[in-house]
Amino acid sequence: MDIKDIIKPENLVYKKTDHMTDKVLSYCPGCGHGTAHRILMEVIDEMGVRADTIGVAPVGCSVLAYDFMNIDMQGAAHGRAPAVATGIKRCWPDKFVFTYQGDGDLAAIGTAETIHACNRGENITILFINNGIYGMTGGQMAPTTLEGMRTTTSPYGRDLESMGNPIKITELIANLPGVHYVTRQAVHTPRYVRRTKKAIFKAFDIQKNKKGLSFVEIVSNCNSGWKMTPNQSNIWMEDNMFPYYPLGDIKVDGKIINE
Amino acid sequence: MKEIRLMKGNEAVAEGAIRAGADAYFGYPITPQSEVMEYLMLEKPHERTGMVVLQAESEVASINMLYGAAGTGKRVMTSSSSPGISLMQEGISYMAGAELPCILVNVVRGGPGLGTIQPSQADYFQTTKGGGHGDYRLIALAPASVQEMFDFAGLGFELAFKYRTPVMIQTDGLIGQMMEKVELSEQQARITEFDQSWATTGKTPDRAQNVITSLDLDSSRQEQHNIHLQKKYQEVADNEVRYETFDSDDAEYLFVAYGSSARICQKAIELGRAKGIKVGLFRPITLWPYPMKELKAAAAKVKGILAVEQSAGQMIEDVKLATECNIKAEHFGRMGGMIPTPEEVLLALENKIIGGK
Amino acid sequence: MTEEIIIAGFGGQGVLSMGKILAYSGIMQDQEVSWFPSYGPEMRGGTANVTVILSDNRISSPILRVYDTAIILNQQSMDKFEEAVKPGGLLIYDGNGISNHPSRKDIKICRVDAAAEAAKLGNTKIFNMIVLGGYLKEKPVVKLDNVMLGLKKSLPERYHDLLPANEKAILRGQEIIQTIE
Repeated sequence: MDIKDIIKPENLVYKKTDHMTDKVLSYCPGCGHGTAHRILMEVIDEMGVRADTIGVAPVGCSVLAYDFMNIDMQGAAHGRAPAVATGIKRCWPDKFVFTYQGDGDLAAIGTAETIHACNRGENITILFINNGIYGMTGGQMAPTTLEGMRTTTSPYGRDLESMGNPIKITELIANLPGVHYVTRQAVHTPRYVRRTKKAIFKAFDIQKNKKGLSFVEIVSNCNSGWKMTPNQSNIWMEDNMFPYYPLGDIKVDGKIINE
Repeated sequence: MKEIRLMKGNEAVAEGAIRAGADAYFGYPITPQSEVMEYLMLEKPHERTGMVVLQAESEVASINMLYGAAGTGKRVMTSSSSPGISLMQEGISYMAGAELPCILVNVVRGGPGLGTIQPSQADYFQTTKGGGHGDYRLIALAPASVQEMFDFAGLGFELAFKYRTPVMIQTDGLIGQMMEKVELSEQQARITEFDQSWATTGKTPDRAQNVITSLDLDSSRQEQHNIHLQKKYQEVADNEVRYETFDSDDAEYLFVAYGSSARICQKAIELGRAKGIKVGLFRPITLWPYPMKELKAAAAKVKGILAVEQSAGQMIEDVKLATECNIKAEHFGRMGGMIPTPEEVLLALENKIIGGK
Repeated sequence: MTEEIIIAGFGGQGVLSMGKILAYSGIMQDQEVSWFPSYGPEMRGGTANVTVILSDNRISSPILRVYDTAIILNQQSMDKFEEAVKPGGLLIYDGNGISNHPSRKDIKICRVDAAAEAAKLGNTKIFNMIVLGGYLKEKPVVKLDNVMLGLKKSLPERYHDLLPANEKAILRGQEIIQTIE
């Protein structure tokens, strides 16, 4: 008896979108990247826009995003994804263009490109995965690493006086007039996965209607870099990351939401 | 009727790009090349042809916008001057690795560092011997007139797409800032129907995904990619060498010079011949591929060579490689933005080559 | 015919545009031309110069050490370029602000007091056209008709109402230039 006999079509409740390739994800078990990839591809699938979509992969853990996302993509130099996306979008203003970037890529080496693409109001979508650490290179301090958080380059914890403050780039971005929609979400529970997917839908819809840039931050975990089990890392994220990086919409329809 | 205009070199390369059907330009201001983008903005190419022009926030952003746009299969160009080109090197290496066609214009100024804004040719090594990291080559065209600034935009796109590789138009502040008479060719249509087989235009059901990248973590595949690149560069070297000679038929001595130095040498030849010195000029038009065989043949007919370049002596290394050090060859140049006069060049020939041991 | 000219003075005197008009005039009569300026921030308020070459043949070097003609409009430029005139060549200068007058005996020296004349005419903007007129009197390398065509080409259309004033200035320059013995 093989799997087809057990799972009959009429009993099928979930199927991986064919917009994801069949390659085994290179992310650590427990990492949020896989979920973020999947819901992004589901949005493109459900909107039926694959033939009109070009993605930009960053340098970081998701450097090989195009191995998993079965769409046309370009790999950008470290931090330059918003510039690459600008180049693509300016040549193909009617196509959907997104970047998928981590915190080091977007908020450290690529800060200038991020801020200026946002400020120009490039009609693109930026997906920002914030896990407070450099995962790919082995757990170094990121611009978003929290105070006191231990990484391989802040082995005694992030010291604000000598290492500076964790940057709230998303709030910064929200203040730029070219940015239409800014939200901060998570993917560690089904409830948040659904919310994030809705946010990505909204972002692509904004792009379709040429309203300006949308910026979706996903606060995520890095159980390997944080030296925790996946479950521990999710609890730690809720207890430590969310208070500093509160979830929810920050700017909607070009207006900053006041708490 | 012929359309003739008095233009700066920087304006000519911009007009050349529009007329060659360029789709996009991304750049950042830096002296002495800012007129390229100024001209493009003034000309409203978006209205003329639909070409996009965007001022980026840095040279780093410019080159990466170029990467993205080139990855969609479009005809794209950027321009800068030495320090800005240094900033772009990472992106240039990526574009060579990802096999993206584009035109880069370097209006060279004196260095090193922030240097000066006056003309120089001291970026020869950077352009022809690497620049960025890894084994790659740029096709490098060295215009010596404003007309060639115009013409090489079209030629540059042709070569860039023929070989899917970045092309550098290597010029300097003298050619960029100088005005000369230019005969403009007709507007070519922007190519909307191009070979999209490799470009990222959106995956359709009838083909696999297209990915633009220079990354392959599997070293054996990366080596295969390198072998492929090297084969391509060999093909370029076999087919795309360009050069010209001037007064070289009866020459006993030869200047070897490109770009603005080639112009200065032509005057030095007039002055030398008036004194009875039979001197000619060999001018490489492609700095890479360098006209090795052609220079070797020309050198066999003369007693000595003076390589003239506004540098401490960079191209002289290729002159010596080409001539296999079988002939007396010396370098003469000024540095840091100083331009040698024709008289200085002739004197150097007399002292270093004719009178020299 | 090849005429190699340096025009040098202060930024703002219209040195570069005078060169440009001359170059355009050359094009109007099918000559080869080149125009190479000193460029960059040092021009603002400082000295500006431009090398203009008109020729019936292909032009070799756009930069030179010696010139057939030097048009000199301030003292710094006089100090720098008096010696750069070829023997038998021509030096034209405006006496305004010049304390050390040129002294060479192997060249022709002419003076055109264009600054004073422009002030007298109440239009300092035509200063450089008065100088140009003086030069063309001494060396009619381009025809006046072609200069006017060149002016038209190099002036944006919104300034074309100034063409008659410029033409007058050129003619005035031709009248007031004097040879210094």
